[in-house]
Parts: sequence; structure tokens; C-alpha cells
Amino acid sequence: MTTRPDTLSLCYALDHGQFRLELDAELPMCGITGIFGESGAGKTTLLRCVAGLERPATGRLAVAGEVWEDTAHGTCLPVHQRRVGYVFQEPRLFPHINVRRNLDYGRRRADGKSVDFDHVVGLLGIGGLLERMPGALSGGEAQRVAIARALLRAPKLLLMDEPLASLDERRKQALLPYFDRLHAELDIPVLYVSHSLDEVCRLCDTLVVLGGGAIRACGPIATVLADIDNPAVDAGMSILHGTVTAYDRHYDLSTVQLAAGQIRVAGSYGIDSRLRLLIRSADVSVCREQPSQTSILNILPVRIDAIAEGNASTAQLRLAAGPDHLIAKITRRSCTELKLGVGDRMYAQIKSVAVRGAAFPASVSGVADEAVV
Amino acid sequence: MTAAAWGPLWLTLELAAITTLLLMLIATPLAWWLANTQSSAKSAAQAIVALPIVLPPTVMGFYLLILLGPAGGIGRWWVEITGEALTFSFLGLVIASCVYSLPFAVQPLQAAFESLGRREIEAARTLGATRLDAFFSVAAPMSRHGFVNAIVLSFAHTLGEFGVVLMVGGNIPGETRVISIAIYDQVESLDYAAAHATSALLLVIAFVMLLAMYVLNRRLAK
Repeated sequence: MTTRPDTLSLCYALDHGQFRLELDAELPMCGITGIFGESGAGKTTLLRCVAGLERPATGRLAVAGEVWEDTAHGTCLPVHQRRVGYVFQEPRLFPHINVRRNLDYGRRRADGKSVDFDHVVGLLGIGGLLERMPGALSGGEAQRVAIARALLRAPKLLLMDEPLASLDERRKQALLPYFDRLHAELDIPVLYVSHSLDEVCRLCDTLVVLGGGAIRACGPIATVLADIDNPAVDAGMSILHGTVTAYDRHYDLSTVQLAAGQIRVAGSYGIDSRLRLLIRSADVSVCREQPSQTSILNILPVRIDAIAEGNASTAQLRLAAGPDHLIAKITRRSCTELKLGVGDRMYAQIKSVAVRGAAFPASVSGVADEAVV
Repeated sequence: MTAAAWGPLWLTLELAAITTLLLMLIATPLAWWLANTQSSAKSAAQAIVALPIVLPPTVMGFYLLILLGPAGGIGRWWVEITGEALTFSFLGLVIASCVYSLPFAVQPLQAAFESLGRREIEAARTLGATRLDAFFSVAAPMSRHGFVNAIVLSFAHTLGEFGVVLMVGGNIPGETRVISIAIYDQVESLDYAAAHATSALLLVIAFVMLLAMYVLNRRLAK
């Protein structure tokens, strides 16, 4: 257990009869850390413990060098003294005061620390809602106000408990770009609870997988996703990072330079901007020879790094493409017929359309997501 | 209406106002505790609070008379300190009214606090509010209708109180002679005209207050 300034160090044990939570982790105090797991895995309880809304039987929590809780020494900072911004599943706005006064609530109690009001309001696009009452907001608007309210508290740590869960798919998609902006422009570490792998892969830098009240996997997201031997991490997804080098207007395709080669992505992104590419394992196939006559645009030279037999019919390959890892889900039969073995040099084919970019806004293009935090 | 009728009316309004004020101070923390506690004492506490609703006023009044009287626990203590008796005094009436009207203050507040839940309170706490701050800035304003109900019901109920007053306070003009006692007197002395006037006055006051409560609640609900 450390109290380093760049670390969120937590160690909890609690027992609620049916439900137990027992974990010990050191997380980076930067970027977005996804807490992923099925419902009942203990995600929300973990966030509530960090905020002080729930008291663990035994536990220790140190945030950026400050001890917030240490049951062994009887230390427990009350909720209002923990500088967290908590975004709940529902907006939980105060219905009796308007949006502006909701935003001011945490700001006035921030002990002199302040965040630029206009910047946050602009970032979340709620400038036009300030005089409205919470009852007159749509679900997406209310959640944006709730996020702004939490940010204006000037938190050391932002806790987000499935902030998109109460929204329909359309509103969810409309809200996601705001998260990308927060990620790119604000220097506040976030714990982001979600049961949606899609959200986690798009937003998070670090991933913690919870299952049955314990940590099943923890680390940089690309590394965790590439851990095909861990049954708790069956994401069916891998993440690559690259830089946009060209855009072909005629075919609406952008070229992304990776360490091991190039990939083409549908759509236009700013030249030189860093892209996170999410690649579904089922969309990756392998050949021994470099394919020539194929409709697939993206072919990367790779080396088989590991093979894991998933179930009776499928197998997963971890493919090393330079420093990056790509996961391919193929049938076990192909695996046998091609006599695939660890160390074999192969060509991975990726369907262009299956590659998705999570782009940062043009204003911060050129900034690597690792460097943003 | 004669001047003699105004005395009891003012005394009644004074009693109701003081009782309501005290009850808000007592009932608010009590109702908050009842709404939030997991304690096994909750059911017993709720039963005790509700007793005045089911007991005849004479029973309540009898026990209060014993307790507040110079031989009773509280009464004797009071006599030792002040040299005056609590029974048959205005102060004794205030105490008795607080006990008698307690459920009418606690129950609406408890219902309001229970329907409020923990959600907004937790949000307020994470935004830097202490428990007390969160109560006054979020829980109380969100429970406005509960306070309106509690205030109107305790006030109106104290206004119409008779049995307990008769037992504990008696019928001393200017001290314990409240309006319901005055009406009883008027009927006893066959002064039906005065009884009509006083009763009608009380009827109108009670109706106007309840009407105001329901109108206000509809407004607050919007």
C-alpha cells in the first residue's frame, strides 16, 4: 500500500451477507479507469466506498498521497471532506432549484478551489439551460448538468457510475462525444463504472475487471484486453493506437499509421490526430501467405504470440503487431488445419469497416491520449 | 360576538402557535430519525408517537395531569425550581398540547422524509455538504409539503383540543380557558347564541386552514 501522489491506492473488504467485496489495487491518478463487470460484481459498491457513502468493514484508501480511510487507525474522512465528483446513474439534480443554482451548490462548497465555470458549461453545452428547472430538462441534458455540477466541485477524483445507463441509445451516442472532450481537456482522474464493454473500450485508459466482488484483471486497457488466457476478460475486442496520416476523400477513408503498418478507417479525422482503433476479434482472420486478391484493405504482418482455446469450437490468437496486440477469434478447426503455433509469422486481415476510431476533437489533435492526462 | 369570546380565541391561537413552533423543533429530528433508522426501537417509537390518535383525550389528560401535577415527576421538579405548579397553567397546556398533537406533526414529516429517499442527500454530501447542511439545503426544501401538512395539522388539532385541556388546564380565563372550553361553558349556561357564534368561528378557521393546506400542496406538487 503506497501513498504516492500519482496513485489511487485502495484496499477494501466488506461483507453484506449475500454480497462480499474484497479487493486491493493501485490505480493511476490519471486518465479514465474503467471498472467493468456484470451487475452484482461490486462496481457501484466500490465507488460508494471511495466516496465514503458506504463504510467497508476493513479498508484503506489513499488518493494522491492523502489517506482518506484507514480502518486500522480509525481514520475515515466524512463524505463531504472527500473531494470527489460523483455522477450517479440518474442525474440526482435538486428539483427545487434551477440549473444554475444546482451548479453553484458544489462550487460554493469547494473550499476556495475553483474550476472555470464558463469552461465547464461550454464543455458540456449547457449554457442555454442555466435558468431552467431540472424538471424541464431531457434525460441527456440533466445528465450533462449533473456531470458539470460534479466537475465544478473541483474534485480530485471523478466517480462516474454508469452515467449513460439511464439513457436510450440515441441519447447515449449524443453524450459520448462530451466524454471524449472531458477526457481530452480536463486533468481529473476518473473512475468510470460500466457494464458496457463498448463504452469502456471507447473511453478508458486503464481497465479493472470485477467479478464476484474481487478483481479479475487490472492494467492498461490494451494489455488487459489482450490477456486471452484470462477467462474473466472475454472482451472479443482489441485496441490499437495510431496516428492519422492521410485522408482519401474519394473513398472516405483515413489512413492510420501503426507501429507495425497501416490501417484504413472509414471516415475523416484530423491529419496527425491520434486514434484509438477498436477491433472486434471476430473481424480478424489470419493467412500464412500475404493475401493479394482480397476485398480486405487492412493486412498487417504479425507473429502469433499466444493461442487460447476458448470453447469446443473457437480459439483465440494473440497476434503481436510490433508492440501492439491484436486478438483474432477463429474456429478451432482452422487453428488445427493451419497447424498454427506460437511464434509463427502470419498476415492478419482486418475488415476496414470493423475498425472504429475514437477521435479527439480537432482542437487537441496531435495530442496522444496517454499524454492528455 | 362579545369581548368575552375574543379572550379565549386569542388564547387558543397563542397556544396553537406556540405548540406548533415547539412541535416543529421536536418532530423534525424525530421524524428524520424514524424515516432513516434501521433500529429495532423504530416500531416502538412509532407506536408511542401514534398513541394520542387512538387514546381518548381523557386518558391522555389523566396521565398528563398525574405527571405534571405537583406530586408527579415533572410537576414536582417544576415546583421545586419555580415554586409554581404546571397544572392549570398556560405552560402546562403547552406541554400537554405538544404531547397530544405530536403524531400530527411527526407523521406527515416522516412520510415526506421517507418518500424523499437518500438520492439527493447523497448527491449533496458528495458535493461538499455536511449532514446538517444537506438537510437544510436539500431535504427540507424538498419536503416542503410535509412541513406544510405538519404545521397546519398540528395547529388545527391544537385549536380543536378539548378533553386534554379540561383535564390538565381547567377553565381559568386568560390562562387556560381556550375556545373549545368556552363553547362548552356557553352551552352549559344555555347561551346558544354565543355558542353558535364561537363554534361558527372555529369552524371557519379550521376550514380555511385545511383549504389553504390542500391548495398549497397542489401548488407545491406542480
